[in-house]
Amino acid sequence: MLPAPFSYRRAGSVAEALDLCTEYGDDAKFLAGGHSLLPLMKLRLAMPEVLIDLGPVRELSYIRDEGGHIAIGALTRHNDLERSGVLARSVPLLAHAAGQVGDPQVRHRGTIGGSLAHSDPASDLPATVLALDATLVAQGPSGIREMAAAEFFQGLFETALEPDELLTEIRVPVPAPGAAGWSFQKFTKRAIDWAIVGVAVQGHAVALVNMAGTPLRAAGVERALADGAPPAAAAAHAAEGTSPADDINASPAYREHLARVLVERALVEAQAG
Amino acid sequence: MVNGAPIAADVEDRTLLAAFLRETAALTATNIGCDTTSCGACTVLLDGESVKSCTVLAAQADGQQVTTLEGLAGPGGELHPVQRAFRAEHGLQCGFCTPGMVLASVSLLQENPHPTEAEVRAGLEGNLCRCTGYHNIVRAVLAAAQEPA
Repeated sequence: MLPAPFSYRRAGSVAEALDLCTEYGDDAKFLAGGHSLLPLMKLRLAMPEVLIDLGPVRELSYIRDEGGHIAIGALTRHNDLERSGVLARSVPLLAHAAGQVGDPQVRHRGTIGGSLAHSDPASDLPATVLALDATLVAQGPSGIREMAAAEFFQGLFETALEPDELLTEIRVPVPAPGAAGWSFQKFTKRAIDWAIVGVAVQGHAVALVNMAGTPLRAAGVERALADGAPPAAAAAHAAEGTSPADDINASPAYREHLARVLVERALVEAQAG
Repeated sequence: MVNGAPIAADVEDRTLLAAFLRETAALTATNIGCDTTSCGACTVLLDGESVKSCTVLAAQADGQQVTTLEGLAGPGGELHPVQRAFRAEHGLQCGFCTPGMVLASVSLLQENPHPTEAEVRAGLEGNLCRCTGYHNIVRAVLAAAQEPA
């Protein structure tokens, strides 16, 4: 299967990537690891006329401890997150969730920035950075802009990024000692599938995978936890405010049930940790 | 660079690495199975790490080292330890998934030289065998881990 014809361009730096984007405008798309975009292109669900390959942009591959937060370059691969000593110490939830994406081959190519900018609500990392209250940094012709994860994800495959902006960095606050408990739960039919439903928990922050058009904070669960509810009672609120899809994998009612079960498991694990 | 030798060709921008290897480089050990990043039959090493070559553009691999199954044996044709272990443990039936399985295993053992059985199974989750031959494949990887590389 071949994608529809396109022109391939290579960017060696962020500046070059932005210049190419200005040159080609709406016809162009950035290519990071390509493990979301290329499959869509082979199915003709995406047909950009120009691909700007960010592969050689090494300056965006890093994980740095900046004191209160961890700064992660947008082109850092899942495999690098999974094996990062900095993350293992400071934000183990993110290292663990990255290790649950796809399979080893996918994790050798896929990047955190690519996954977030793709904004698939069934992906693991969007909900994870939402639970972690991360800040996303974008660069465009008019400068650098910061967005809260909560405002970044706007819909299925839609983000707050402007067409001429490139996601460059993800800043993840180091959880406070009182919020150090974490868990990531994901229910799939086969190991390599997207989550039918998933949940990321950090302290009392709970975010859901694949329960709406965007990753979602489980506000009802968080309120109940703040009021001192135990896991089972809090998890009973997991499906409130969600709008899960009806597809080949599951009905909305099944997903709602799954959300309650997985949130309870996640809260129990997070509290035990 | 493919299997240590430079290869230069002008190809259409949309050419996938799997097709480039089979059709331009004439290296047909790399099988195309599902063509949807699922089955792992097209797994090759890119700078030493396993990737599914049906989901990498040939152009993306420009300037990097690609290793296919043809490039795994030593200069005198002696089999790689993982290849030897697959043969000794009969880690294959029809053989279609085998090139991908072997290369995924080489990458797995580079990252984790002494895996547990559970780690081998998890590490090969991106590779499907439709003959249900996983037991012997896992045994082969564990055996290869015992050998000096």
